[in-house]
This record gives sequence, C-alpha cells and structure tokens, in this order.
Amino acid sequence: MTTLAMRAPAARRRVWNALRHNPKATVGLSIFVVFALLAIAPQLFTSVRRPNDLAFTPTLPPSFDHLLGTTTLGQDIWAQLVYGTRQSLVIAVVAGLFATVLSVLVGVSAAYLGGLADDVLSTITNIFLVIPTFPLIIILATYAGQGTLLVILIVLVVTGWSYGANQLRAQTLSLRNREFLESARVRGERRSYIIVFEVLPTMTSLIVANFLGAALYSVLTAAGLQFLGLGDPNSISWGTMLYWSQNQQALQSGLPLWSIAPGVCVALLGASFALLNYAFDEVGNPALRPIRRRRVHRGQ
Amino acid sequence: MRYLLRRFGFFVLTLWAALTLNFFIPRFMPGSPLQALRDRTHNKLSPVALQDMLTSFGYKPDQNLLMQYLEYLRNMVTGQWGVSIGATLGEPIRDIVGQALPWTLGLVGVATVLAFALGSLVGIVAGWRRGGALDSVLPSVFVVTSALPYFWVALLLILVFSVWTGGALPSDFNYDNALTPDWSPAFIGSVLSHAILPAATILITSIGGWILTMRNNMITTLAEDYVRMARAKGLSNSKIMYGYGARNAFLPNLSGFAMSLGFVISGAILVEYVFNYPGLGYLLYNAVQNTDYPLMQVLFMLFTVAVLVAVFVCDAAIAWLDPRARAKG
Repeated sequence: MTTLAMRAPAARRRVWNALRHNPKATVGLSIFVVFALLAIAPQLFTSVRRPNDLAFTPTLPPSFDHLLGTTTLGQDIWAQLVYGTRQSLVIAVVAGLFATVLSVLVGVSAAYLGGLADDVLSTITNIFLVIPTFPLIIILATYAGQGTLLVILIVLVVTGWSYGANQLRAQTLSLRNREFLESARVRGERRSYIIVFEVLPTMTSLIVANFLGAALYSVLTAAGLQFLGLGDPNSISWGTMLYWSQNQQALQSGLPLWSIAPGVCVALLGASFALLNYAFDEVGNPALRPIRRRRVHRGQ
Repeated sequence: MRYLLRRFGFFVLTLWAALTLNFFIPRFMPGSPLQALRDRTHNKLSPVALQDMLTSFGYKPDQNLLMQYLEYLRNMVTGQWGVSIGATLGEPIRDIVGQALPWTLGLVGVATVLAFALGSLVGIVAGWRRGGALDSVLPSVFVVTSALPYFWVALLLILVFSVWTGGALPSDFNYDNALTPDWSPAFIGSVLSHAILPAATILITSIGGWILTMRNNMITTLAEDYVRMARAKGLSNSKIMYGYGARNAFLPNLSGFAMSLGFVISGAILVEYVFNYPGLGYLLYNAVQNTDYPLMQVLFMLFTVAVLVAVFVCDAAIAWLDPRARAKG
C-alpha cells in the first residue's frame, strides 16, 4: 500500500502502467468495453428494434437471420441479448457506485471519528455484513410487489455496502496517525477537509476495488432476483431472459441457447469486474503478481 | 473467554436486529399482507379461524405496537412460529421447516464445508509453490469461476449431465419418488445421485474464492520473518508449510469463511430452486410464490441463525488457534 499512499503523480502513473501491463486487467477491461458498446448503441448490432415483440416464428434454430435462434414465444434471442445489456450494465454501475459511496461515508467516518460513533457505525456494518442479504432481498422484493428497476437498485445498495465499509474503516484506521494527517490537523484544517482532501485520495485504489466488488455483487444478485421472477417480467435484461427460458423449460425443449447465452453474458460481465478487481489487488500488493522469469535476468 | 463473550454479544445483537427487521418489514412496506391474507383465505376459513391465524402471525390490532413486538420476539425465540398461510394452509411451520432442514443441511452444509476445506488446501499448495504450474494458471481460472452465477452453473450442469446424456444424472428433487425413504442401499444411492449435480454446482462456484484468498494469505505469510527463521533453523519443508505458513495464513480465511456464508446461502437458494431440491431455499421460493408471510419470516430468521452459528463456531475456532485473539479479549 505504501506506493499507493504516495500522492505524487509519479506514483499514480506507476499504478496506471502496472495496470496496463497486467493481462487480467486488459482482459477485464476489454470485456467491459464491448458490453459498454452494446449498451450504448444496441441498434448497431441487430436489425430488430423491439426485441420483446413476438414477431418471428417460434423455436427457430440459429441461422443468419437469427444468430442464436428464436424463443418459444417468437423473439430473436440475439436481439434480446444485445438490448438486455443496457439494463444489466446500468444496474451494475449505478448500484456499485451508490454502494461504494455509502461504504466510503460509513467506513471512513467511523474510523476517523472514533469513539462512540465508531462503535455504533462498525456494529451496524458488521450486522449488515452477517445478515444473509439475498433472502432479505427476496422478502423485500415480494413486499414491494413487482421489482421495478428502482426497487432492485435500492435493495442492492442497501445490502451491498457493508463489505466495503469494513475494509475502508480498517484502512483509514491504519492511516489515522500518519504524519501528513497530523500536519493537516496542526495546520488547523477542518475534519471534513482532511477526510475529503487528505484521507480519500490515498485510498483511491481501494475505493475502486470496492466499486468493482460491489458491481460484481450487483450483477450476480440482480440476475438471480430476475431469474426467480422477482424483477419486472416485461423488462429487457439478461436476468429476465433467464426467467422466461426457465419458465418455458428451454433446456428440456431443445433450446439450450436461450438459457446459456444470457448466462454467458452475466458470467462474462461478472468475470470482467472480478478480473479488474484482482488486477487492482496485484498492483496494490506486488507480492501477489505472477512471477516472471525475465525479471530475474534483468537483475531486479 | 472475554473474547468469546463479546462475540456472543454480537450474536445476540445481530439476531435481534434480524428479528426486528422481520417484524417491521411487513408493517411498513406498501401492500398489506393482511389484505393478501384475507383474500387468500376467503371462503376457506371462518372469521374466527382467520382471527386465530392473524394472532399467531403477530397481528393484534387492539394491542399497541410495543406489546406486539415483545410477544413476537418471545414467540420466535421459543419456537412458537405459527402456521403456514401458503399452499399448505394451516400446517404448523415447525413441521414444514423440520422436513426441509435436513436436506439443506446435508446438501448445502456438506458441499460448503467441502469446498472450503478443499479450496484452502489447494490454496496452501499454490501459495507454497509460488510460480509453479499450479500457481500460474489458478488465479485467472478461479477469478472467473468465482464470478459465475450459481443458478447458471446449475443450468449448465443439468444441460450437460442430464439432458444431453438422456438423464444419466437426475436434475430434479431429492430422491426417486418411487422409493420409500428407508436405509436401504437403493434409497441411499438415489439420494446421493440426486445430490451430485447440486453439490457440484456449489463446489464449482464457491471453491475459487477460498483458493484465491488462501493463496494470497499464504504468500503474505511466507514473507514473514518467522518463516525465514524456520528455514534458517533447517526445519523440514512440510513443517514450515503447515506449521508456520498455513497455520497462520488460515486464520483470516476462517473469519472470511464465516463472513461470506451469507453469500453461499444466497447461491444455495437459487441452486435448490433450479434443482427443485426440497430444502429451505426451495421452501423460501415457494413461500414467496404463495405470499406465505409467516413462513418467510421464520425462514429468514433461520438463515440468519445459521450464519450466526457458523460465525460463532469460527470465532471459537479462532480463539482456540490464535492466542492473540484470546489475549486481546
């Protein structure tokens, strides 16, 4: 962590270089960019404009017109997949972002304030960490009726922040008595200034890693919820596709692509976040990086 | 001892928080469970019976909220969980849960512990043989498998081992319905063959996380001075690996295990749903489908208790393994 704690631009450039040369980061980022393109401009990748309409002959095998075939309801699977990217990506990024903001708020202030505030905040964090969130989400979604996008986002944020808060609290605690914070206090800076401009910049990589973790959690959990039928069944997303394919027994009726394709997409998006996250770990902790023989010869 | 007492305090506090959530969610969420209940039981129950049922559910409009709350807490803790208002109308929840619990414990419990033990072992070896064949492939592979959605792995396994092989491995239910449950080899074989695919799903998706964290802990630990000291003393490799490296590296993994059990339970719910495996997760799905609120409440409580018990057991194990935890109190 010491290299990252340095705030000189050189240190930041070193992190960037390390990331650029990390194959896990490259693969993870490439997958993410492809999905981002699909999400931004789905109309470039398919000629179908309303993928949920029952516009085609049902149960067609894959062909040039229908790259992945059609569903038993007569929808083009490829088009649904392309248009579904947007919602899944929005859920991942938005829920991941808000959960990270919440964990920064709770974790950093708990550690920095100390005393009673720390006791209360870290107890709450630990409780949220341990309570099995998925059953809770299922129950919340049931009471809330059909889970609209907003409901899903809210429950994901409420249940997804605790892990990061715990980590950030630990990291802030270890920084608390460093000299540069001491000098800021002596200069007479306000607490809010110290937290925002002195503490947070040193933890950028940890915050980014937390965002990636929260985004991964959101992708998987949202897909699981929608798969169970707790999302909006008329929305266009990978989870909803999985719900309908299960509902129509796609595996048993010879349409395995209908289940497999959206699952591959969820898995790829999840893998992209996980790979980026792990790459950040490797950059932050060089001991974890794969050993390269070349280095030895260079005498480093 | 003080350490364990403090952890027990956390146990009670978290259980209380979960129960309180459980109590207030139905009362403050939009959509009245009460109305749903009236609609469901319309023409099936006399008003008196409905009143009884509502009482057992904790609804006593004539009492103030605090009294309701205290009585609800007492009922939950003493095991008076009321009756189901879902598909199995009127059946005591204790019986329903009692039938499902052994299946979940057997399947999810065994698969999870197995994944953790196996994953830690592989992680130890990978971390020890730094730069070896195992270590260079493992991280990338398991970063990906740990990001796979549980239910999708389940679907994939069903497709490959059940649909494509013409039903070589069963993909449904917990044993062959034609058999009567007893201790005969045929029945036990049927139970085992029905457990293979769901157990494999849990194993595949959860093992990656344990391997990676164990490997990373191991690498960090092996850089410590006391490991160098052990090498200098000329101790045997296996002694250094297990007695010095793994023993210390294992501690954070153990607390991580307890903390991430909630996530495993989430996956297990979906796995049970995909395989129609009649455990607690499948029960929860059905309770949601039938808006069986009392059953949902009890299940959520049980999931919380399960995680908390695991956390507590891990805490006890850490206190036993790590003198520092005991000393810190």
